[in-house]
Amino acid sequence: MATIDLRGVSCPTNFVKAKLALEELEPGDRLELLLDDGEAVKNVPRSLKGDGHKLLALQETAEGHYLLTVEKGEE
Amino acid sequence: MAEQQVKPSIDLGNLKAGGFIKERGKDLFTIRLRVPGGRMAVPRLKKIAEVAEKYGGEFVHLSVRQSIELININFKHFDAVVEELGEADQKVASCGARVRVPVACGGCEYNPNGLVDTQKSALEVDRQLFGTPTGHHKFKVAFAGCPFDCPKSATNDVGFQGALLPKLDKEACISCGLCAKSCTPGAITMGEERKPLLAIDPCIWCGDCVKVCPTGAWEAKQTGYNVRIGGKWGRNPLVGTLFATFLPQEQVVAFITRVLEWYREKAENQGRIRLGDIILKEGPEPLLERLRQSFPDSVVAETIPPQIINTQIGSGR
Repeated sequence: MATIDLRGVSCPTNFVKAKLALEELEPGDRLELLLDDGEAVKNVPRSLKGDGHKLLALQETAEGHYLLTVEKGEE
Repeated sequence: MAEQQVKPSIDLGNLKAGGFIKERGKDLFTIRLRVPGGRMAVPRLKKIAEVAEKYGGEFVHLSVRQSIELININFKHFDAVVEELGEADQKVASCGARVRVPVACGGCEYNPNGLVDTQKSALEVDRQLFGTPTGHHKFKVAFAGCPFDCPKSATNDVGFQGALLPKLDKEACISCGLCAKSCTPGAITMGEERKPLLAIDPCIWCGDCVKVCPTGAWEAKQTGYNVRIGGKWGRNPLVGTLFATFLPQEQVVAFITRVLEWYREKAENQGRIRLGDIILKEGPEPLLERLRQSFPDSVVAETIPPQIINTQIGSGR
């Protein structure tokens, strides 16, 4: 499973980058996104859900960032 | 005075709800258009541009309350402007001591934050209460779809704010913690067995938990409007206070109607006075009690008077 590092990328660029990465995948494939605390972790998961992807897990890293696991939804 | 210039050939019926506002220049008026909720169909916008180009000045003005105002209209053209706008079903707004055109945010059809259909509410209020004379002063209504409240609902005579009461299906929860992370007021914490716990007091009913929840474990138990009454801006601003929670959307017109009745009665013989100033005089209890008779499930047990904003200029009230 690939990990996209979106730390330091502000909204909505982080969401659009995640969206572009998901476009490369097939439905059912998984992707990890590394997100900043704050606005990013509040907004990006919700926007991905709104696009029809499945949120599987959220883990806080030792450095205080967030690792979101997402599964690509049907087209 | 404008009235002396009006010739019999002008249809005075067009002027009865207001919306024709005298400008500085001789014979010139601003015509304020009726745009409930700020939603403007593109064909209407085209017609407005056409009419503005034909009869108006170099520009139109976008008002603070979501209207388009035609500028520099000669009063001789009132009838023609009204008629041509009417071809695209565009009407003129109100001014003076009347119920004004309601303001609303984009609502919930395309805006991901919207919890209730504010556009529908604004249209309904506009259809049923537009231009109603209050007998006293202007009367403004606004609809915000969520507690972020872009329309600043509490600065209106009656302000509606969309709200969602969440409930959790623990079985469906996958313990991801996204709800707790998304909860700006900090009402949700992850408790034992990594299941979220909701503390009611800090919750502002924004529904962010429901929106982010990957499995639908958080869902809406109830949605509706939190209603604040007695707000205004201007020389002596007031912030309206909470009179009802989770008012069902279909009761909005009836609710405003009850408030208007109380306002008309209590402001009798007091001249040009806003609702909030009447509540300051009477205290909030009489209005709460009146509303409780019709909306017992929504009206709050107690509230506070409208909150006075200190503008630091003038000796004030």
